[in-house]
Amino acid sequence: MMLIPCPWCGPRNQIEFTYGGDATLRRPPADAPESAWVDYVYLRDNPCGPIDELWYHGAGCRSWITVRRDTRTHDILAGASAAKPPADDRR
Amino acid sequence: MKRYSIFSLVGNALTGHAHWPLAWRNPPPKKHYDVVVIGGGGHGLATAYYLAKEHGIRDVAVLEKGWLGGGNTGRNTTIVRSNYHLDPNAHFYEFSLKLWERLSQELNFNVMYSARGVLNLVHTPADMDAAMRRGNAMRLNGIDAQFLSRDEIAALIPGLECSPNARFPIQGGLLQPRGGTVRHDAVAWGYARAADALGVDILQQCDVTGIRIERGRVTGVHTTRGDIGASRIGIAVAGHSSRVAAMAGVKLPIESHVLQAMVSEPVKPVLDTVVTSGAVHFYVSQSDKGELVMGGDLDFYNSYAQRGNLPRIEDVVSACLALFPGFGRLRLMRTWGGIMDMTMDGSPIIGKLPVKNLYMTGGWCYGGFKATPASGFVHAWTIAHDEPHPLNAAFTLARFGEGRAIDENGAGPYAWAH
Repeated sequence: MMLIPCPWCGPRNQIEFTYGGDATLRRPPADAPESAWVDYVYLRDNPCGPIDELWYHGAGCRSWITVRRDTRTHDILAGASAAKPPADDRR
Repeated sequence: MKRYSIFSLVGNALTGHAHWPLAWRNPPPKKHYDVVVIGGGGHGLATAYYLAKEHGIRDVAVLEKGWLGGGNTGRNTTIVRSNYHLDPNAHFYEFSLKLWERLSQELNFNVMYSARGVLNLVHTPADMDAAMRRGNAMRLNGIDAQFLSRDEIAALIPGLECSPNARFPIQGGLLQPRGGTVRHDAVAWGYARAADALGVDILQQCDVTGIRIERGRVTGVHTTRGDIGASRIGIAVAGHSSRVAAMAGVKLPIESHVLQAMVSEPVKPVLDTVVTSGAVHFYVSQSDKGELVMGGDLDFYNSYAQRGNLPRIEDVVSACLALFPGFGRLRLMRTWGGIMDMTMDGSPIIGKLPVKNLYMTGGWCYGGFKATPASGFVHAWTIAHDEPHPLNAAFTLARFGEGRAIDENGAGPYAWAH
């Protein structure tokens, strides 16, 4: 069971959260070349090790937060912070 | 290779099984190979086998970081089927199922293919429409598919909760009779033995740490057992495809996720069909040892850990009990996880990469096991001809940027489609 440290609610069970994926993705400007959009929509760093990622605390404070987690061990590496900028159009 | 037969079995039984030859050699690495295949699971070993068998390319090494079949080949739930809707998937997986049907004879190794049927349960009118549509598409592609009513299902699978008062009432189901199970370890061992007999070097405990590229083409790999030169390299490391491709500077449309599976304690035969339900995300079959083998969804967060968390196990067991209340008395014996390459359209990537003489087969989401023979076959073809076989021509890396995604679920660019 993963305990995810919500900056507003404290450590909470993972089942209260929905995963939002890689937090480092940035939506390109509307006039960016097509290759930038292909990168943004499809390509992922998919790190084996620490990753900054988004979680949505749907069964708690309903905030998007950023968590740094090790994908090899599932250890949470740093206190979570409010997502910035707010999560874009991802589900 | 000493052939296995009833005579070799009787002969060895009479001499106390003390004289069986080793199934494959354990050679030291050579300085250079024509083809190096990274990954000693089913896909990599099948690639090496078909390179030697179909294309006469025998100067081949398979590099495995652990032991043969110790990754996803030994972690899947052993189900084989070809019940796909879209043409590229349907043709590819049907070719694979045809290879499964005669694989034991092909390899002279019993892989225990059991055509016990794969049944997808239908719980809602929308499920019904989707199953009819998929079944019709399959039949148009020459694949066996049968729609069963609830009464037919109740007769086929006695333990299944088919009453209208069930938590998820069953309306019917789509059956692929030729689908079934295969013993997964035997697939790795059978391909390894057959490839070794054709001259392929299998190098275990050989972790690739880098890919050498000179003037835009691959020339070899750095490994924990020294540098090995290679004229061509095939990557077959699903779960870790992003990592290995990154060694060649290639970024993939893949996220790695953990998928869990679990078995109950072994019991006498109770279930002779593979039963799946898309509505509750659950599948179950009974192994030859008697364990009920089951699984469900991803854990839904990026992971390379080969183990998951308890909430998903609870979901899978809840779904199991909703469909088979009688299994409630069984104890869960073992759970484990495997790492999936989740692509952005749910379909694999098999073909050339943007570096010359570098190829891959991967991105299996969680359907890689059933693809093993066909994946090896077309990967070997692609390496031998430096162009894709017609069966993998659609599974390119470039398809994502070209708007040619093969999106079986119609879910859009989304790595968690399953």
